[in-house]
Amino acid sequence: MTRKRALGLGYLTPYIIGLLVFTMIPFGASLYLSFTDYNLMSAPRWTGLENYTQLFTKDRTFRRSLTVTLIYVFTTVPLKLAFALFIAYILNYKLKFINFFRTAFYVPSILGGSIAIAVLWRYIFASEGLVNMLLTSLGFEAVNWFGDPQNALFTITLLRCWQFGSAMVIFLAALQSIDKSLYEAAEIDGASKAHCFIFITIPLITPVIFFNLIMQMVQAFQEFNGPYIITQGGPLKSTYLLPMYIYDEAFRRFDMGYASAIAWVLFVIIMVLTLAAFWSSKKWVYYAGDKRS
Amino acid sequence: MTDISHASDVITAGADGLAEARAANARQIRNAKISAAVRYIILFGVGLMMLYPLIWLVGASFKTNAEIFANPGFVPQEPTTEGYVKGWETSTPYTFGRFFLNSFLIIIPKVIGTAISCTMVAYGFARFDFPLKKLLFGSVIAILLLPNVVTRIPQYLLFRDLGWLDSFLPLWVPSAFAGDAFFVFMLVQFLRAIPGDMEEAARVDGANSWQTLVFIVVPMLAPALISVCLFQFMWTMNDFLGPLIYISSVDKYPVSLALKLSIDTTEAFEWNRILAMSVLTITPALIVFFMAQKYFIEGLSAGGVKG
Repeated sequence: MTRKRALGLGYLTPYIIGLLVFTMIPFGASLYLSFTDYNLMSAPRWTGLENYTQLFTKDRTFRRSLTVTLIYVFTTVPLKLAFALFIAYILNYKLKFINFFRTAFYVPSILGGSIAIAVLWRYIFASEGLVNMLLTSLGFEAVNWFGDPQNALFTITLLRCWQFGSAMVIFLAALQSIDKSLYEAAEIDGASKAHCFIFITIPLITPVIFFNLIMQMVQAFQEFNGPYIITQGGPLKSTYLLPMYIYDEAFRRFDMGYASAIAWVLFVIIMVLTLAAFWSSKKWVYYAGDKRS
Repeated sequence: MTDISHASDVITAGADGLAEARAANARQIRNAKISAAVRYIILFGVGLMMLYPLIWLVGASFKTNAEIFANPGFVPQEPTTEGYVKGWETSTPYTFGRFFLNSFLIIIPKVIGTAISCTMVAYGFARFDFPLKKLLFGSVIAILLLPNVVTRIPQYLLFRDLGWLDSFLPLWVPSAFAGDAFFVFMLVQFLRAIPGDMEEAARVDGANSWQTLVFIVVPMLAPALISVCLFQFMWTMNDFLGPLIYISSVDKYPVSLALKLSIDTTEAFEWNRILAMSVLTITPALIVFFMAQKYFIEGLSAGGVKG
């Protein structure tokens, strides 16, 4: 038995080394760096809370970037999840070609993270791009997508919503596992489709809603490719999301201490929201029987 | 039909009920047909919205530069392969082939390292008891949720001190230490669902745990391992920020960086080159996906996934 114990840890060796070297030590180091002034030339110099006071009292770029990030996350995540659930719900009816549709809807998720798609987005939403060509041919006015601070962020939201496929596949798997007899019983009792959806479907899939919510939120807060390639953070910093600000501070201006402080603010926001979601999940997530996974 | 109407002449009361029931039935069938039609219309509409940008991209890559911003259709009026020919040459001393080679030089060792390390670690978690197991497995979940943004700067400094900047090592090594917690998690879930009988039998026959892993567990894990390799392939192919931070010389650029470079250098006028290279960039991922989509969907449904 003791030999077996040692063996188990033996198989974990790569993970434990990786955990220490590539995650835990860097994690601590970035907290330390966030209290220093470090430009790679000389050793880090301890400056206490200076980076943070600078961030919260003087740095208008940071305030702008934080606001834009929160707007982005709180529009993109609900839109994407609602859309994914809606399509999964339709696909869950016994339809022909379901495999074809599932594939067609999933392809954008496979490609969406690629730079090529971000490039494509630039062309589609350019002032004379595909979207405006279609809009004008339908008699609408062309929209100034990248020039107008009101619209630019929305193009990135649309890109990420276009990638709803993976959330949809997870929703669909959950919907397919719901016991059909529940619906039959409800129908006999005279419940409408809408009632069934709200009182049977939604409660039973709360675990996957919760899972998708957390994953998509953590991911949305780290959006980098979209603003970097599609809008370059502009116009007027209206798409200058925090990860891009961190990148610029760290790898363009080499202000590692300040960049670490921004990263920690971002991390704390994500952590607080994740913990809030976990804490509130006790009230709204329903785990059937022992299926707590 | 006549039978029923004849019968209704005879039993009037019953016939009223019957006619009503038939009308209700017809209404139900009609409603069902309408809602089915609505569903198909929505699905086709959404499918078109999903795929049209990609179809347009492929079509536009064969258009002349003048046509790209003038024709919303996807069929080129004067098809040309100029975009591909010139785009492949690039504005650097290297062809796009070099950048594809670099991409695969990053991907292949990374995928192999991921598969081996994650299998070992998942086997350890799923089949052994040891102190701190709960805590260590908790750390897998924690890493899964930990935003990379918070560890990226110290990791960069670490690789700089090791002298690994501008090499592929920073992209390979963390994965070889089972750094992608998502895959560990997925394999553990998969292994827990497989009963240990076969391994027990092998152990009774005198196989040690390593032999059991290689000859019994790995073959059973094969479908999940294929999913792991495919996802890692796809994510690495798409990865942009990693190479952007670590790779600085053009001769080591993977396709994602090369594409960004070509935007910066030629975008003002040579649009079809960029679109053509965009098509080539997504082609490997598309081919792999269509050859093995079953594994993607299963991997997703089994472990849940980001993406």
